[in-house]
Amino acid sequence: MLPTELLQEGEHLMTVCNACRYCEGYCAVWQTMESRLVFVESDLNYLANLCHNCGECFYSCQYSPPHEFNINPPKTLAKIRLYTYGLYAWPGPLAKAFCKNGLLVSLLAAAVLIAFLLAASLALGSRLWEPVRGGDFYQIIPHSVMALTFSVVGSFSALALLIGFLRFWRDSGESYSTLANPVALFRAAKDVLSLKNLDNDGAGCSYPREKSSEALRWFHHATFYGFLSCLVATTLGAIYYYVFGWHGPPGFLSLPVIFGTVGGIGLVIGPIGLFVLLRRRNREIVDENQSGMDLAFIVLLLLISISGLLLLLLRQSAAMGTLLVVHLGFVMTLFLTMPYGKFVHGIYRSGALLKWALERSRQSENKAKA
Amino acid sequence: MTDDLSGIDVLVVGGGNAAMAAALSAREVGASVLVLESAPKDFRAGNSRHTRDLRCMHDAPTNVMAGAYTEDEFYKDIQSVTGGQTNEQLARMTIRASATCTEWMKRQGVRFQRALGGTLQLGRTNAFFLGGGKAMMNAYYDQAERVGIRVVYNAEVVDLKVEDGKFESATAMVAGKPVEVRAKVVVAASGGFEANLDWLKEAWGPEADNFLIRGTPYNKGKVLKKLLENGVESVGEAKQGHMVAIDARAPKFDGGIVTRLDCVSLGIVVNRNGDRFYDEGEDFWPKRYAIWGRLVANQPEQIGYCIIDSKAMGKFMPSVFPPDTAQNIGELAKILKLPVEKVVATVKAYNDAVQLGTFNHDVLDDCKTSGLDPEKTHWALRIDKPPFYAYGLRPGLTFTYLGLKVDEHARAQMKGGKGARNIFAAGEIMVGNILGKGYTAGIGVTIGTVFGRIAGREAASQALHPVETRKDTKVEEFVHAAD
Repeated sequence: MLPTELLQEGEHLMTVCNACRYCEGYCAVWQTMESRLVFVESDLNYLANLCHNCGECFYSCQYSPPHEFNINPPKTLAKIRLYTYGLYAWPGPLAKAFCKNGLLVSLLAAAVLIAFLLAASLALGSRLWEPVRGGDFYQIIPHSVMALTFSVVGSFSALALLIGFLRFWRDSGESYSTLANPVALFRAAKDVLSLKNLDNDGAGCSYPREKSSEALRWFHHATFYGFLSCLVATTLGAIYYYVFGWHGPPGFLSLPVIFGTVGGIGLVIGPIGLFVLLRRRNREIVDENQSGMDLAFIVLLLLISISGLLLLLLRQSAAMGTLLVVHLGFVMTLFLTMPYGKFVHGIYRSGALLKWALERSRQSENKAKA
Repeated sequence: MTDDLSGIDVLVVGGGNAAMAAALSAREVGASVLVLESAPKDFRAGNSRHTRDLRCMHDAPTNVMAGAYTEDEFYKDIQSVTGGQTNEQLARMTIRASATCTEWMKRQGVRFQRALGGTLQLGRTNAFFLGGGKAMMNAYYDQAERVGIRVVYNAEVVDLKVEDGKFESATAMVAGKPVEVRAKVVVAASGGFEANLDWLKEAWGPEADNFLIRGTPYNKGKVLKKLLENGVESVGEAKQGHMVAIDARAPKFDGGIVTRLDCVSLGIVVNRNGDRFYDEGEDFWPKRYAIWGRLVANQPEQIGYCIIDSKAMGKFMPSVFPPDTAQNIGELAKILKLPVEKVVATVKAYNDAVQLGTFNHDVLDDCKTSGLDPEKTHWALRIDKPPFYAYGLRPGLTFTYLGLKVDEHARAQMKGGKGARNIFAAGEIMVGNILGKGYTAGIGVTIGTVFGRIAGREAASQALHPVETRKDTKVEEFVHAAD
């Protein structure tokens, strides 16, 4: 259950906004709102995750503070969103991590993992401090060890994220069967991949401050597609290993390295940009309880990309062994914290956009019938 | 900071749409401009921050409006809502000039919703600002900053020095201290006097105590009053204005759009005595909302109660305050502190008079009463399905129409028929030239934009070129040539 005060704040927001509707030209939140008259907790949870947290509506609002109605959609929806992250997380007790998943926790986790990997690697007799011929990092950590540990951690995270998504989906009032709607999936994918809701026909949105700009959209694209590109690189690496049986480290002009490098650069530019924007944000519309989570995610991505790029550049040198262990430590920390940190915003936002696509097709079906 | 306010070409008093349109237009042709806005920055832009759209003539669909809306149709609409109390020459000039307004506003950075978007019924006649009037005004203020217009907030003009139709200086209270501001020309765009409760009482009597002011608390009419005292000819009547029926629980000021109630045509409205007093189903609500404020203002204690049953729920725009609810009419009347028997009798008489028809809220349907006084002529369904709901209604004053007489150059006219030498007016302060009474959605912003642009342009032209050598701009030419 939403804390009573937050529930009331959400209901007040939707009552005023739904009686006004001046924002209907902005984003999906307002168009979704208009198809409802009553807002129960699950509606608020859905709308909160549909909100892309830009701020355009706040600056346009005739009722934003100091007006007595005190309407602050980005902040109220952000608070509800944070609550839903805890609500949907699996396993439940770990959901508490959301409150505490700040920078410090992530860095501590990374430090512990790195220390553990270093110790394990040394104990297994690898020559951690010496250059390895051809930059073959499997001589530092055997391929089987790498594959096994990351499969376990990755599977666990994927499972936790899937359960979280399904919990969101059920809470939003949908059944599992409605997931399989190709048209809605296609529309939602388009919205996710283009960040259309931050676009306003090319004018951008009020982020980090009032003046509309495309900065958030582009830095998010750099981060998102950088991440995706790194995933592609890893997948290709696995294919090279298992399918083609190429067991050495891929060459500089091989596909895994190209995708990894491009992705890594995206993951440097994107998170740095997002960090700068985050710092410049108008504090009036920020839910400070999320700042730690936001920062932890950004910093972790940045540490991964920088250590990864360094690893590539210095793989012939004596630093390779240490860099490899550090890089893998950061990656593993990301995997472990994914279901309990900022990463989940992408899961629930995508789910909300999918639900919105479904609602739109239902509305047009109803119109066609009428 | 405030000691160097003098020495500019054009002083604009006010900070709403008309004021900023004037300021930007004056700056466009090279004049230096100072804007004195009486509100603090958070509440800047007068009633414009509560607006949403403007009504524009167009002969073919545009990217912000569907279909066509011709000069003649637009003029007929003005004639119809004002009952002919308009100035045809000014009205037609405004209509023709409205055709270029959206393009000009876009150049100032204003964004519009795309035509046919959403559920807007006015998509043919009106262009809607993306995000509403405050977003529109934010764009204006951003543009003003870019082009170097000085804006001072918390600067209420309390006095004007005018000699023989010539403006000399204004006295503004800035940070609590009076500051005298000299300028070559002044544009008065400081709105009406709807937030001046004493003035309202003078015009309406004690009833005015029960009015709610839908918009800004900063429209005190001080500049209007000073100019009238200094010999500017007035136009319109103090009791005329745009007054709608709004939720009785709305705040005294600044409640804006969310306080409106759209359920009158779905039910009946009784007064304090439990009597009906007007045909709730006379016409579509968007065509009738503007008369209901006045209807309620003329009832005892200036209050009405709209009663509906559960059939009506969900058929009108959601309201911001929850209705009073009861399982039967008597109980509902008790909650409302109305004479119970009377209300029950009124509802029964209405229900008995309802004729069978086919209900359709989107057309003027055949559901009506027979033998009732007054009749309800459309959408009359029996109020018989509990739970029953009621909303209190109060007059919500939006604009006042008593203002300054102007000519087509937006120049204020002095008593005796001569034009003022360097005083122009735009927006609500002169809206009475076109609207003697009544209102139609979006026309306030249209008049403000059209006259703001003209006033700014004319004021700049006069400030930059001494009267003797100045070639008068032909208004119509500039309006069309500008685009």
